[in-house]
Amino acid sequence: MKKLSVKTVVAIGIGAALFFVLGKVSIPTPVPNTYISLQYAVQAVFAALFGPIAGLLIGFIGHTLIDATSYGPWWSWIIASAFAGLVIGVVTMKLDINEGIDTRKIVHFNVAQVIAHLLSWGLVAPCLDILIYSEPIEKLFAQGLMAGISNMVTTGIVGSLLLVAYAKTVVRKGSLSKED
Amino acid sequence: MAKVAILSYIRRESPVHALTGTTKLIFFLAWSVASMVTYDTRVLLCMLMISAVVFKISRIRIRDISIVLGLAAVFLLLNNLFVYLFAPEYGVELYESRTVLFTIAGPYTVTLQQLFYHLNMTMKVICVVPVALLFIACTDPSEFAASLASIGVSYRIGYSVSLALRYIPDVQREYHNISQAQQARGIDLSGKDKLFTRLKNSVAILLPLILSSLNRIETVSNAMELRGFGKNKKRTWYVKRKMQRNDWLTIGFVAVVLVIDLVVTFWDGSRYFNPFV
Repeated sequence: MKKLSVKTVVAIGIGAALFFVLGKVSIPTPVPNTYISLQYAVQAVFAALFGPIAGLLIGFIGHTLIDATSYGPWWSWIIASAFAGLVIGVVTMKLDINEGIDTRKIVHFNVAQVIAHLLSWGLVAPCLDILIYSEPIEKLFAQGLMAGISNMVTTGIVGSLLLVAYAKTVVRKGSLSKED
Repeated sequence: MAKVAILSYIRRESPVHALTGTTKLIFFLAWSVASMVTYDTRVLLCMLMISAVVFKISRIRIRDISIVLGLAAVFLLLNNLFVYLFAPEYGVELYESRTVLFTIAGPYTVTLQQLFYHLNMTMKVICVVPVALLFIACTDPSEFAASLASIGVSYRIGYSVSLALRYIPDVQREYHNISQAQQARGIDLSGKDKLFTRLKNSVAILLPLILSSLNRIETVSNAMELRGFGKNKKRTWYVKRKMQRNDWLTIGFVAVVLVIDLVVTFWDGSRYFNPFV
């Protein structure tokens, strides 16, 4: 594995802390283990800014801490969270947010996050749940659908708004012009 | 925002606290694996009893973790309820026999097999809860990175974890401050607004939080870079402790449990212990 840069190490740490804090203030939905979770928006933004490994570990560490301090770890969903971060990071690898943002980049980011959450909550989480906890497939499907859709909507709206606002704060190359 | 109930390190003198972080991490991981693999009622019962004993030894009181236990109970209850709502005949399928006890309404009959399935599923979760809670409550967070490194995880990742633990209180305080400041300006996150407005409002809180976090990342990573972090392949840890006799005994014990768990579970070619046929 390529060595993680110091900046990535710190970004993972602080990203995971953000993930944890936001996970603790989320709004529950009627389906168990499923919340309207702002932390996934932040995870997606960090994955787009710092790369796939950061996305993966932020999800893994953050979600493990949330679970371990509330009711014991539910590994299948932890792995799904990590996987979502990884996919978003990989798909947005070429997306240089620091160079400004336009509609094309926003669409790109949203395609990435939709693919990631579709795979994570539609495939990874239910399959692992069947493998590990052997729960009925109907329940897992409903749960995954609920979680996936709510995460997609949250990440789509909040994540995109955050990226746009962030890109505006970065000073771009060549933004200074000579006064006549 | 009300104060969020979080389980954290509880300093006490006990044999469990005296174990090194590495031992506790290995125990916790092996225990998780053991409980995930098996669906055998006998194994689960034994594991449940062992975790109760470990809990007793740790001298952590029920009172210390009552909030967390409450959360776990609610979580389990809801989970069981939803499994039943979606698949009331799942146990029948699994255990290949059907003993109807009584009927509630329509397709919702209560069968012995379904109840047995719920019992197993619940035990599977419950037997990890005490161990997970003890792991958090009895391990000094500053020892955690050292433990991760000693089981072969790259020390960079270990460092990320300890940075996360270090900055959780700071981020929490910041979130609280920002959200109160924004509430004073009329931005509401509670149920009074529509969902979409709430999501949009949350950006007003998240953006300052993220920008200040990015600044923090900059500062901390510069400080670490100045001190030469990541130059060498290995590093030593100030808080790392030597393994004692009890550590080896504990690791040996959990290894034996894991092996027995695997043997008993897969002996007859099925994960399930089936008393019905």
